[in-house]
Amino acid sequence: MMSDYKEMRNDKLVLGGHEFNSRFILGSGKYNINLIKAAVEQGGAEIITLAVRRANTAQKENILDFIPKGVTLLPNTSGARNAEEAVRIAKLSREMGCGDFVKIEIMNDTKYLLPDNYETIKATELLAKEGFVVLPYMYPDLNVARSLRDSGAAAIMPLAAPIGSNSGLETKAFIQILIDEIELPIIVDAGIGRPSQACEAMEMGAAAIMANTAIATAGDVPAMAGAFKKAIEAGRAAYLTGMGRVLTRGGSASDPLTGFLR
Amino acid sequence: MNEENQIYFVDSDKLPEEALNRKHRLEQDPSYRTNHMEYMEGMEIVKSDIKDKVIEEMNNYDYSIYTSADVIRALSHKNCSIEDFKALLSPAAAPFLEQMAEKATLLTEQHFGNTVYIFTPLYIANYCQNYCVYCGFNCYNNIKRKKLTFEEIDHEMSVIAKTGMEEILMLTGESRYYSNIEYIGQAVKIAKKYFRNIGIEIYPVNVDEYKYLHECGVDYVTVFQETYNSDKYETLHLLGHKRVWPYRFDAQERALMAGMRGAGFSALLGLDDFRKDALASALHVYHINRRFPHAELSLSCPRLRPIVNNEKINPRDVGERELCQVLCAYRIFLPYVGITVSSRESAEFRNGIARICATKVSAGVSTGIGDHEEKYDDSDENGHIDVSREAGIDEAAGDEQFEINDNRSIDKMMNDMENGGLQPVLNDYVYV
Repeated sequence: MMSDYKEMRNDKLVLGGHEFNSRFILGSGKYNINLIKAAVEQGGAEIITLAVRRANTAQKENILDFIPKGVTLLPNTSGARNAEEAVRIAKLSREMGCGDFVKIEIMNDTKYLLPDNYETIKATELLAKEGFVVLPYMYPDLNVARSLRDSGAAAIMPLAAPIGSNSGLETKAFIQILIDEIELPIIVDAGIGRPSQACEAMEMGAAAIMANTAIATAGDVPAMAGAFKKAIEAGRAAYLTGMGRVLTRGGSASDPLTGFLR
Repeated sequence: MNEENQIYFVDSDKLPEEALNRKHRLEQDPSYRTNHMEYMEGMEIVKSDIKDKVIEEMNNYDYSIYTSADVIRALSHKNCSIEDFKALLSPAAAPFLEQMAEKATLLTEQHFGNTVYIFTPLYIANYCQNYCVYCGFNCYNNIKRKKLTFEEIDHEMSVIAKTGMEEILMLTGESRYYSNIEYIGQAVKIAKKYFRNIGIEIYPVNVDEYKYLHECGVDYVTVFQETYNSDKYETLHLLGHKRVWPYRFDAQERALMAGMRGAGFSALLGLDDFRKDALASALHVYHINRRFPHAELSLSCPRLRPIVNNEKINPRDVGERELCQVLCAYRIFLPYVGITVSSRESAEFRNGIARICATKVSAGVSTGIGDHEEKYDDSDENGHIDVSREAGIDEAAGDEQFEINDNRSIDKMMNDMENGGLQPVLNDYVYV
């Protein structure tokens, strides 16, 4: 058993050659910026997302100043309606000193905020060539995931449900297909509303969980970040351990049915 | 005798007799007025069936048939249908205001978190060629007229920008003659130097003109339809291009066709049956979203306010409870749409409604022309701006469009929003 624990301790999330111990990616956009530090600490998050458009401000309290040192920034391109706009926002992010990570968010739809997979593939290709560590947010479609992989994505970020909905793993079957078929880390993004859902996605083999609204709308933001941390760790450990079987019907006799055989 | 609108009619003793006679005839004699459903020369006609859909739905709306059972059902649904929305706007929903507010608050949090945007409007001219009987800028109203020069615009904007404001809404009276497209475009280019997000609220224009303004730096266009009841509209907008109701209705569509990123919608509640106008405003947004799913849409909810020379104008049957009901219904029906609450409303109302459903509030507001420096310098120790002062003190400034109610400065607004558990945001935007 010792060796398993040891293995778990060395269990790293690798994105574009960068190693992370935490598998919890925290959002920053929907709660008071002075809670970010506590949420990062209690959630043990090493990566935090932020909207470039939101950081693009001269406001006295810039969100960037509230992100603790040592945490990797994952700027997103929200507001982009096509690949060209996403590329421009990513470059602005780099100029602002937000590093080389970029989460591509391209939405042509303000009602459901569903990602435009076609434009996302184009942007992934362009930005990967520019040396960005590209994490595309996408609707879970296997063919698209393959194209994203071939375009140079560092991970794939399928949505579990419409963003902000807190409604859980609505696209579960399709996320499982991505996990089974794509060698890149699959990071479940958007729609996860509860720690138990995060845990379930990790048990399925997701590489990490990104959550924002679930934490932002909780009664106690840092405490909920802490709850997600535990759930994600539990799910990861269960996945690494090898999940127990599930019977589809009936029970299992404790005395073997074939015990009479010699 | 046009008794219903009598409250709006004010005669200035400065008007020449000929003009006064003309004004009276416009007010009292419908046959003297032009056909408000007919486009004027130069007005572009876009092919669209949205108008017909909205108006048919509005005309068929009988809010008296809804019962508390309909309201309870509407509140229990995960997705709010048009029928549910009609129930929520009906008088039967009044006793359920608290439940509506609870639901609206959850939806607002889900879509917008706890952020609230703060912006300021800047009026650059108050010349107007229309006679809209309830508006302070109307061409027969005896007010000080002013159009800012480019130097003055630059100066006003620098004063505003110093407060930290990053989004500006630029407004004019509706006069192509005094405030032509090139003038507005040039003003927008100046605004680009100081602000990250620029909206306009000007007379409706054609697609190519919106395209030009977008290239100058405008990103969203707000046009108030005032009332969706075209028959009522006709009795209130007696003269000028604004009289043409359908051209105004299609303005947002033309703006989005021209590449604008967003569009704002509104009826002026109190002009006509507010429940029908609220229904039509929201359905206008609903159908525009279906045609332009990428567009960022927003709703406002202004109520009538007193104007210079007419203190009697009031929001009639739209009290704060009714306004709150309309806003909660908007949020529940259109969870993804921005809601702006203007300084026409009191500080208390705006603080409360921002926690429930408003996503954008103005601060540091003046609806006069060229008086920001004077007003910003006059803010008292509590950050209130003294706008009750006689405009005559500064002979150079132009008069206001309507009286505002909430005169909080930007800093005061930021503090109040923070104290209410909200996160004030000055910019969430990249011009792309």
